[in-house]
Amino acid sequence: MLHYLGTRLLRATVSVVMVVTFVFIVLRMSGDPAVVIMGADAPPEAVDAFRTAWGLDQPIWVQYLSFFKAIFSGDLGQSMRDGRDAVAVVLERVPSTLALTVPAFLLNVGIGIPAGVYAALHRNTAIDRFVMVMAVTGFAMPSFILAMLLVLVFSVNLGWLPSAGQDSWLNAILPIVTMGFGGAALLARFTRSAMLEVLGQSYIRTASAKGLSWSAVVWRHALQNAAIPTVTIIGFMLGGLVAGAVVVESVFSWPGVGRLLVVSVSNRDLAVVQAIVLMIALTMVAANFVVDILYGLLDPKMQSQTRAARA
Amino acid sequence: MAFVQIRDMSVAFGSAPALRGISLSVERGEALGLVGESGCGKSITWLAALGLLPRSAKVGGSVLLDGVELIGASPSVLEPVRGGRIAMIFQDPASSLNPVHRIGHQIAEALALHRGLTGAPARAEVIRLLDQVGIPDAKTRANAYPHELSGGQNQRVMIAMALAGEPELLVADEPTTALDVTIQAQILDLLGTIRRDTGMGLVLISHDLGVVSETCSRIAVMYAGRIVEQAESAAIFANPSHPYTRGLLGAMPPISGPRQKLVSIPGSVPEASRMPQGCAFAPRCSEAIADCTRVDPAAVTVEANHLAACIRATPAKTGTRTPERVLA
Repeated sequence: MLHYLGTRLLRATVSVVMVVTFVFIVLRMSGDPAVVIMGADAPPEAVDAFRTAWGLDQPIWVQYLSFFKAIFSGDLGQSMRDGRDAVAVVLERVPSTLALTVPAFLLNVGIGIPAGVYAALHRNTAIDRFVMVMAVTGFAMPSFILAMLLVLVFSVNLGWLPSAGQDSWLNAILPIVTMGFGGAALLARFTRSAMLEVLGQSYIRTASAKGLSWSAVVWRHALQNAAIPTVTIIGFMLGGLVAGAVVVESVFSWPGVGRLLVVSVSNRDLAVVQAIVLMIALTMVAANFVVDILYGLLDPKMQSQTRAARA
Repeated sequence: MAFVQIRDMSVAFGSAPALRGISLSVERGEALGLVGESGCGKSITWLAALGLLPRSAKVGGSVLLDGVELIGASPSVLEPVRGGRIAMIFQDPASSLNPVHRIGHQIAEALALHRGLTGAPARAEVIRLLDQVGIPDAKTRANAYPHELSGGQNQRVMIAMALAGEPELLVADEPTTALDVTIQAQILDLLGTIRRDTGMGLVLISHDLGVVSETCSRIAVMYAGRIVEQAESAAIFANPSHPYTRGLLGAMPPISGPRQKLVSIPGSVPEASRMPQGCAFAPRCSEAIADCTRVDPAAVTVEANHLAACIRATPAKTGTRTPERVLA
């Protein structure tokens, strides 16, 4: 087990380092933060002083090394905008984002999985087709289009819900619905095909031939097997809990991490962008760990492999 | 009255007929072999009888179990029959067991359904059953998952699960096809032993006439969704009356005597959607005459308890010839 976790951890570390490195390089090659932050018409001495203050006058590999040294000592640098600790700037936005993504995630799972299972069990019926049309629509429509449609209907025409800001809980409804619908659509599609795959297996026929009622066959024999591939998709969604709202937060001017990321990238606020990217990478890695553990619980074959790896 | 009486059963998937009028009976405690090439409808016959085909299958005719109609019966009639009176085991034991449940649990499920056993008594019965089908160290193995066992052991588990409901008839659908030859013999021996001990009937579905003749007292040969010949095993070998049966026998290597070339049947089974007119076997038959492509022959009594559906089969002197069915 330790060996198994060890390799997973090593692999995860490599991916985090690669992501952070990539962002480090791209951000520095795509615009001079000193010019962006100080303004194009700032006096050259001021820009130079800014560069020296933030170490931007050093060669890029020196910056890179000191950046990694700082990460390992827990220091992700300060925001170039207001000099505050980058981690603090990011963390204060996390609750806002979670206020959207957690309910959206619950909608994804709470609607997507039952809809997918139901559609699979009633294959080729009108309800199945309805679910699939909704799923394809939700899957194919970019979230900002859906967001704007919702704003048009519920804010502009009906005037029921606010279209932007964070004044009350009412503001959260449209962004949550936007994200909830897309994710539920994706999950419904995957759950349906996973379920259809399982229902065609011989052991389902065996369970029926044993004399089990159809509902017992579905509950006891089909669902757990169908859950195994579905968990992968849920893992991706979990990984997006912190950062999954970039587009939607921007459309609805919701002051979360996603919006902070967009603003910080256009401002070339390096430390903040890097802190966010690192956090996203870490949540992805954590979500993958959760998926691995769930796999182990759902699929006995994984347990045997783990045992074999340990031996 | 026969234990199971199948009368004129037909099955179609869309417009493609899979079974074209099967009549077959199984007596209580009898061992019947059902032989034919893959796709001839051997398995479908029994899946249809137990209502295990997908809803898209159109099933016609009648299957009487002790006089109770099973075709079109409600789940409340079918569920106690499945596993309780007629149990089924399948070709590929590894995929026929649920990979996420322990084998003991899967057997216990049948015990709870058909004998109301739960908890410790169920557990004890699971171990007894595993022991009965020859799984060593049954106590530990009951906690194993299917992927931790070999194919032969999984088939033993399937048999144990089938026995759990104390069925009167076991339908074994190619139970040894996916197994090694040495294991095949063990599984067939096991089925024989169980039959001796319990008096359970057996329907052995196989493409292998040799396997069937060793185990069963009576054989029905199927071709393209129909039964072309049925008789006592000895009579099938001594007096094969349908050219297809003769073809199957010719394709079997003889155990003794000089080496001789095996004869294969030319051509292949017709597709269900493109059934030829007249006898389905006529295009492959070396003895076909002109009438064969016009008339779909009905079963003829060749001798006592021996039916063959061939236009050229000679009826017994005392036998009656049932009217021929002419396809328009």
